Amino acid sequence: MPKLADSTYPAYLTNLYCSAFLSVSSPHSPVPTIRVRNLSKRYGDLAVVQDISLELAQGETLVLLGPSGCGKTTLLKMLNRLIEPSSGSVEVNGQDVRTQRPEQLRRGMGYVIQQVGLLPHYTVADNIGIVPRLLGHAPAAIAQRTEALLTRLHLPAERFAHQYPQQLSGGQQQRVGLARALAADPPIILLDEPFGALDPITRASIRREFRELDELRRKTVVLVTHDVVEAFELADRIALLDGGRIQQLGTPRELLFQPANDFVRRFFAAERLGLQLRTLRLLDILPFLPEAQTQRNAANTVETLLASATVQEALESLTNGAPATAGSSALTAASKPTNNAQEQVLSISTDALDTASYQLDLPQLMTAFGKALQQEETAWKR
Amino acid sequence: METLKELFTFWQAQASKLGQQTLEHIGLTAASLLLAVLVGVPLGLLLTRRPRWAPAVLGFTGVLQTIPSIALLGFLIPVLGIGPGPAIFALFLYSLLPIIRNTLAGVQGVSPAVVEAARGLGLTDGQVLRRVELPLALPVLFAGVRTATVINVGVATLAAYIAAGGLGEFIFGGIALNNPAMILAGAIPAAGLALAFDAALAGLQRLSARKLVRVGGALLVLLPLLSGLYLLPRATGKLLAGFSPEFVGRADGLPGVRSTYHLEVPNVVIAPALVYEAAHHKDVDVIDGYSTDGRIKAYNLRVLRDDRRAFPPYFAAPVVRQRVLAEHPELQPVLEKLAGQINDSVMTELNYRVDYLHEAPRAVALEFLRKRGLWRAPQPVRGATIVLGSKIFSEQYILAEMYAALIRGYTSLDVATKTGLGGTSICFEALRNGAIDLYPEYTGTGLLVLLQPSPATLDSLHGDPKAVYQYVQQDFRRRYGLEWLAPIGFNNTYALLMRQQQAAQLGIASVSDLSRYLRK
Repeated sequence: MPKLADSTYPAYLTNLYCSAFLSVSSPHSPVPTIRVRNLSKRYGDLAVVQDISLELAQGETLVLLGPSGCGKTTLLKMLNRLIEPSSGSVEVNGQDVRTQRPEQLRRGMGYVIQQVGLLPHYTVADNIGIVPRLLGHAPAAIAQRTEALLTRLHLPAERFAHQYPQQLSGGQQQRVGLARALAADPPIILLDEPFGALDPITRASIRREFRELDELRRKTVVLVTHDVVEAFELADRIALLDGGRIQQLGTPRELLFQPANDFVRRFFAAERLGLQLRTLRLLDILPFLPEAQTQRNAANTVETLLASATVQEALESLTNGAPATAGSSALTAASKPTNNAQEQVLSISTDALDTASYQLDLPQLMTAFGKALQQEETAWKR
Repeated sequence: METLKELFTFWQAQASKLGQQTLEHIGLTAASLLLAVLVGVPLGLLLTRRPRWAPAVLGFTGVLQTIPSIALLGFLIPVLGIGPGPAIFALFLYSLLPIIRNTLAGVQGVSPAVVEAARGLGLTDGQVLRRVELPLALPVLFAGVRTATVINVGVATLAAYIAAGGLGEFIFGGIALNNPAMILAGAIPAAGLALAFDAALAGLQRLSARKLVRVGGALLVLLPLLSGLYLLPRATGKLLAGFSPEFVGRADGLPGVRSTYHLEVPNVVIAPALVYEAAHHKDVDVIDGYSTDGRIKAYNLRVLRDDRRAFPPYFAAPVVRQRVLAEHPELQPVLEKLAGQINDSVMTELNYRVDYLHEAPRAVALEFLRKRGLWRAPQPVRGATIVLGSKIFSEQYILAEMYAALIRGYTSLDVATKTGLGGTSICFEALRNGAIDLYPEYTGTGLLVLLQPSPATLDSLHGDPKAVYQYVQQDFRRRYGLEWLAPIGFNNTYALLMRQQQAAQLGIASVSDLSRYLRK
């Protein structure tokens, strides 16, 4: 069974090729959007960030993950010069950030923080329009952009544009914070625990909106979090930090199945199963399914998923888990709740035309998942 | 009830004065607030950027705040003189602490997340300050301005002490004259002003941050306009007079001079202790004073002759209990050795030496007696003790020392002194109940303060020195059994004073001359 290209290669690789193609100055060695070299930050004797180097391609989402005090927020703030490094350098599009005025640099990078930090004396619309106004955009254009963003974030402009931040719920405030960061369409977005202060339900729904926001797909995103599930859901690559150093930098799959050290292994231990469910995709388990069943659209089919969907999504769909959180663009049929769970079957389509498809029920899914897991684990150990 | 009626009568009679003082009061408050805002807000903002300096600056302004207002004015007089300058400066110093502290607290109270987000979005430091920190700090900042305003309206009453006008003029006049209605005439509008300002600013504080920005701007325009109110009522003339509050209010003070001489001179009110300084420093040209005050000599002032006798005579003479005179017949001739010995200029000279050259009253008294050949070595003591009293100023101390030396030198009686007895009524009561045996008193005081005859009787005396002396002598003898001995010679009464040089230049020697000059 051939694997699908877009799921085996991380997005950053594809994007690397794109940027290489577009780049004028050095077509053969593309300039990374963000390049961090030997970056360190010391407060007196305390080293908060130690000798970190990494590169981000255009359009890539990097998650800075780690326990409290690991230096992830400090690292993020050195990218937009809210904190100046003790040594090392940061380049954005090949230009050292120290050669730019900090304000100019920051206006090109969206910034979202956990406490949101909306200006309490500005309306929602005014808050969103801050950076475009600083950049001298036309008022009409700003108004149009604000309205579009609000609509996309499920905050109807006619109701919310003229409200003040304190009139909004926490989730609504964070949506506005996100809209504010996106308003001037910056190529880079920095997010510091953006969903950290929200309750689990709101957090999940905003995270989903965030993931599905077209705006963000094109952008280079650096997101700080200590929530491993969040990191696995959103990251192209994860940099796991501890004690100011990168413990491992790689795709979620690499961190999960090929931990670089004991710290990495222990860090994911508690959430391991959940992460595995979110990391392995249906196409990973297809080889372990029994003989393909081609019967289509049986009466007891709950849903048809693309092969790029995760096992977690398939599981949620089959157990009729949480329709609110299971929704994704891969969802092609409305789930019909039935009382008899054993008889429910899931369809998997391996291409967009939905020609070839597999059908499986819960025991089959879990068996195949177990086998795929075993193979992954043993493959990495060799 | 009585006071209330008096109060309304007073307001009615002094309506224009009340209006002028209220405007001056608002002007003083507004001018000092404006300065304090212009200095305090930037200073507070600077402290938000340099928090390490905050304790020192707040500590210093806090210390300023603890200096009693009257003392602060006192400190400023040698540097800034008198008038609106030092008054506004003192008020400015008092406003600094609340304004700086609240600016700092307001900015520090802005959520760090909001500031971080604003900086992270690309606002410059200046933009963060102008668009985020300052607007969000405004409610707290306004609370500081509000505190400062209320403090200033209160403290501005003291401005009247240094010739800066305001509602304090009525208040201090009332205190000096022990006239509750007059005190209330100034105190009620002052309290009303404080309440009105407080309420107005409280209303502003409730506005949203965005509106407050506009209101703050409007206030910065309004304050100079309000300050301008201070300048409006300032009368200008050829000469400016500075009078103590008591003189302005007393019937035998300014009102008496006005009606007797038709004298119309623009005037300000000054604390009694400062009138001489004010004339000396040319802040004012004409002042009221006492004709034997040492400062007349110290500051080279000229006493304008009271040619139409507007001021009652205040000739000094020893007042003695009749029983003491009867028991010790040798006493009266000894006490009268001083009669006619000291005229106004001699007394001025003696006061000058005690007040300004800081010589001991005793030394000054003995030297005078020696010069006049009156001094004799003390005799051995045999017999009773005579208790001498005196009021609490230099002239009385000197006279008491003279009498003590004379009694010791010419009789074998012993002498005890009880000097520094507060005021007239304390001395008088002490004399009546035998706590003291004699003290120097002034005919005018005996007449107006102690005997208080009917207006008809007063009119019949015409302010004639001899008639007044005879009247008090007879009445004291009859009513209290007290004896006025022969007058010492000088007349320590109210006087109008001018700088010697200016008076000579303008050819003014008497109050009539002054009145004529002003009407020219």
